Amino acid sequence: MTLKALTGNHAVSEAVKLSRVKVIAAYPITPQTTMVERLAEMVDKGELEAKMIRVESEHSALATTFGAAAAGARAFTATSSHGLLYMHEVLWWAAGARIPVVMAVAARAIGPPWNIHVEHSDFIDQRDTGWLISAAQENQEALDLTLQAFRISEDPRVYLPMIVALDGFILTHTVAPVDVPSQEDVDRWLPPRRQPYMITPESNVVMGNISSDEDYFMMRYSMQAAMQAAKQVIKEVDLEYGKTFGRSYGGLLECYRCEDADYTIVITGSWSGDAKKAVDMLREKGIRAGVARIRFVRPWPEEDLKDRLANKKGVIVFDRSVSFGSYGQLFTETAATLYGAGTSMRGVVAGLGGVDVRPEDFASEVMNFVSRVEESGRVYEPQKWMLPKKYEYVAKEVGI
Amino acid sequence: MPIRLADLPRRRFGMPGNAACPGCPETMGLRYVKMALGDNVVLVIPAGCSSVIQGMVPKSGINFPILNIVFASAASAASGIKAAFEMSGKNYNVVVWAGDGGTADIGFQSMSGAAERNDDIIYICVDNEAYMNTGIQRSGLTPYGAWTTTTYAGKTEKKKPLPFIMIAHNVPYVATATVGYPQDFIEKLRKAASIRGFKYIHLHAPCPVGWRFDPGLTAKMAQLAVQTGAFPLFEYENGKFSLSPYSGMYRNPQKRVPLVEYLKLQGRFQMVLKDPEKLKGLQEEIDDMWRWIEILEKYGAAALKR
Repeated sequence: MTLKALTGNHAVSEAVKLSRVKVIAAYPITPQTTMVERLAEMVDKGELEAKMIRVESEHSALATTFGAAAAGARAFTATSSHGLLYMHEVLWWAAGARIPVVMAVAARAIGPPWNIHVEHSDFIDQRDTGWLISAAQENQEALDLTLQAFRISEDPRVYLPMIVALDGFILTHTVAPVDVPSQEDVDRWLPPRRQPYMITPESNVVMGNISSDEDYFMMRYSMQAAMQAAKQVIKEVDLEYGKTFGRSYGGLLECYRCEDADYTIVITGSWSGDAKKAVDMLREKGIRAGVARIRFVRPWPEEDLKDRLANKKGVIVFDRSVSFGSYGQLFTETAATLYGAGTSMRGVVAGLGGVDVRPEDFASEVMNFVSRVEESGRVYEPQKWMLPKKYEYVAKEVGI
Repeated sequence: MPIRLADLPRRRFGMPGNAACPGCPETMGLRYVKMALGDNVVLVIPAGCSSVIQGMVPKSGINFPILNIVFASAASAASGIKAAFEMSGKNYNVVVWAGDGGTADIGFQSMSGAAERNDDIIYICVDNEAYMNTGIQRSGLTPYGAWTTTTYAGKTEKKKPLPFIMIAHNVPYVATATVGYPQDFIEKLRKAASIRGFKYIHLHAPCPVGWRFDPGLTAKMAQLAVQTGAFPLFEYENGKFSLSPYSGMYRNPQKRVPLVEYLKLQGRFQMVLKDPEKLKGLQEEIDDMWRWIEILEKYGAAALKR
């Protein structure tokens, strides 16, 4: 075991190097920058045998990465916030073309007003594009997920691109001890690149020309089937990774003290750590709480969530993003998953734009939810906004 | 080395079942690309007529390996493909085949980026002077005065001088060519393939549907554009500018075929023909181009390397 003190960004850079990526294309955006700066340094110093293409925009960053991947190279890009939104069109294209690509997303708020701090709106906004979307809780997991992303997306049962999200600054710029696997172990574990077809003169393949509506429809159907199959692949890869490297996370969903819990927090990203701390605090007070941490937003861990949550007294979902005019996206999806289960539910929108949510904030929100459930029986509160302390009075005026 | 037609390959590159309109210049141009570069080539095609001409999945009406890609990023996808080939030690030509919209307008940023990085690709702008695939809307390369479905009274702006803008990028090779003179185009393609770095070829492609002319006249229209001086053929190679032989004699305006001979065959210029002011404006646009040529012939790379 080699422990190194690494930021989340540098942990991902190490994983990209260990995966022997051949082409990298990226455009700088805070807080992704230090990740690609490190990769550029690795390439220039000859530590990583790859071509680094310093493109002029994020739209081009993903198009270049996609082009390289379509021509047979293991390819990587990284972005954040506005950069990811600018790429949006190409995300659809890469997924629809069934070309495996891996992209790291330093999760960040979206302007206006400009805000470079953590929020999940950027990667949650990509959930309909056909990409697998994972989110790390810690720097170690960011490295592990990046390594796994190549194996998962290049699995013939999947052949879809994958996002590894890591929270801006909280992970990207915070140093933590990270176990960096050896190149030999990774070489043994990660097979050579596989992909459904390659654009080369010999292959004479044409990708993307017009299809009949029926063929188009069936290609979309096959993407959904691949997403379904990906659930099994993700679990297998997680287990095999554990056997080789000693770390497994539970596949699509990580369960923290949720087996015997009456009340479960559903959450994703780095603040899951604070939610876990809140669970420990609540347990000391006699409330049996747990955390079901969403590791994969896509494919959505429907079966796992049903298993874990269907018979609970209450489920409280924390979203660091919102669909304006509806609710937090994780809440909506959890509610759909628990349709008919009769579980009490609350959706909480919190932490937007990097507003800090402490373990005690999670704990008091859960306690409030618990008392509501205990006094009223079944509760369904799809949106509660945890406003910043100094603006709490506004909630009474607006009524949400 | 002049190219003899008899020496060119006779294989069919446009297949039965492709969806091109009668008289389409793009199928002509694509045929020349394959004649020039053979099988050692991959095409990248953004949205445009050529995305449709290919015909329908699972077949293709064009005998090329093709990566279709979103409108704005043909050059960047090509850069990625080339990087992958370089990493695997393969020396294949990566060719972008994009329309005037995909090049001069929505695709300009990514092309300019690839040119600035001097990525080793051949970029062909197939200039039919409007957004033909969506139904003849004006583009940055539509000539002054021309009717389109979004300029009912004729375009009020001049054509963007794109080949000169590409010369200003200081890339190793820039050329103009036309479907009207295949040998010239093929020669330029082969030269481009022999040069490392970013190569730009601006291919003039008269569109019978959008320009409103008889589909039997595509080649003639392309030749008239050269003979009237409206579309001069030239090369810019590592700082050296030269007018191509087909355009050489038309440097002298006296020797040119009168512009109206070119305009009167096209429905899109009918308003220009009736309005001396508009005709003057269009002539100015052409004169501007020749002024660029004069400057570049005189100063060459020195004009750029101040």
